[in-house]
Amino acid sequence: MAKINFVDHSGETRTIDAEPGSTVMEAAIRNSIPGIEAECGGACACATCHVYVDEAWRDKVGAPTPMEEDMLDFGYDVRPNSRLSCQIKVSDALDGLVVMTPERQA
Amino acid sequence: MAATPGAEFNREETTMSETIKTDVLIIGAGPCGLFAVFELGLLDMRVHLVDILDKLGGQCAELYPEKPIYDIPAIPLVTGQGLTDALLEQIKPFNPTFHLNEMVETIEKIGDPLFRVTTDAGKTFECKVVVISAGGGSFQPKRPPVPGIEAYEGSSVFYAVRKMEQFRDKDLLIVGGGDSALDWTLNLHPIARRVTLLHRRDDFRAAPHSVDQMRALVSSGQMDLRIGQVTGLEGVDGQLSGALVKGSDNQSYKIECNTLLPFFGLTMKLGPVANWGVKLENNLVPVETASFETDVPGIFAIGDINTYPGKLKLILSGFHEGALMAQKAHRYVYPDKRLVFQYTTSSSSLQKKLGVS
Repeated sequence: MAKINFVDHSGETRTIDAEPGSTVMEAAIRNSIPGIEAECGGACACATCHVYVDEAWRDKVGAPTPMEEDMLDFGYDVRPNSRLSCQIKVSDALDGLVVMTPERQA
Repeated sequence: MAATPGAEFNREETTMSETIKTDVLIIGAGPCGLFAVFELGLLDMRVHLVDILDKLGGQCAELYPEKPIYDIPAIPLVTGQGLTDALLEQIKPFNPTFHLNEMVETIEKIGDPLFRVTTDAGKTFECKVVVISAGGGSFQPKRPPVPGIEAYEGSSVFYAVRKMEQFRDKDLLIVGGGDSALDWTLNLHPIARRVTLLHRRDDFRAAPHSVDQMRALVSSGQMDLRIGQVTGLEGVDGQLSGALVKGSDNQSYKIECNTLLPFFGLTMKLGPVANWGVKLENNLVPVETASFETDVPGIFAIGDINTYPGKLKLILSGFHEGALMAQKAHRYVYPDKRLVFQYTTSSSSLQKKLGVS
């Protein structure tokens, strides 16, 4: 299990255990993390699981693929550290990951 | 270019003043609506389908045309588009008529049962049975979560272009990087006073030739391209005067405009289902599980839009629901005919309908 920390817009942190191989979005939905909507169910076909990756973790998490970049066009307040959480695979290397959920999903 | 799926089917695209009479009207041409055509067709019922999208297949075609689906019985792997194409092949013998790019607005009960159904394109249908297979509701343009945008909708902010003339001599701000944003930029720039295209990055999803045309207009000074994201709007009484934008360098600036066209894709909304007179429960339509009929006799609901104890939102469940729905629908369409249960494998009459005997 890998620990994932979700920091919401108000600064409150929620820490959950995520199974390696699942996605950060799936772990969030399973644990009812507020601020992650995932309207399309993880098909990379909307932008409602948008998160900001903590600067310290950006290298490990990596950059979005071109398809994900296209979907991020539909996000709100997209920043250089923006990712769609359905496209981040949980692994042991991401144990302790910190992501921020945006004020609103598009 | 690949052939448009369903191109060989009937399409009614013009506005008609006369009433279209049919046995069954299906609302929503996703996988469950398409398969219902098959089950109804085997029982000799003629079908028209209405869908708000410009294509067939519903979510399968709009959200995940290339994504694999693994839980269709006997098909280990199929894509959303593959499933749609296969269903269209399967229902071809029944020759349904599709009405795309249209939204059903009203359903009125005028008989026992007989319904009058109208669409936003001005069409009127008369049918004995209505099948709601509307999935997650209707796909509608997404409203970007810009604070206060609601106050400008319909007066200065538009999510679709119905009449181009409406935008003559306007200072237009078009936001987005896909085909809708680029197409409207190119189409409206000759009639608008000035067009500014705003996108969050200098890289576009739209077709490369539209992007090239846009860049040519920018370099000849005929329109503007800005990079950034809208954070706020300025104006009075619904009349927009400018948009506040955060650039890629985090600097804020303002773009003067009196009309905003944001193109942020589609989202699913329940839409007019709430006005159709059927009972709703948490934005879903409750049905009984012998025939998937709603609380209004003659109106059925199948697929993701319905709810009942034990409901699973699976395509395979929607197929089953369509088969049982057709049995009950037959009683309304042919009240005097006895329904004999038959298999496609052995019934010569079913095979005749399928065009295989």
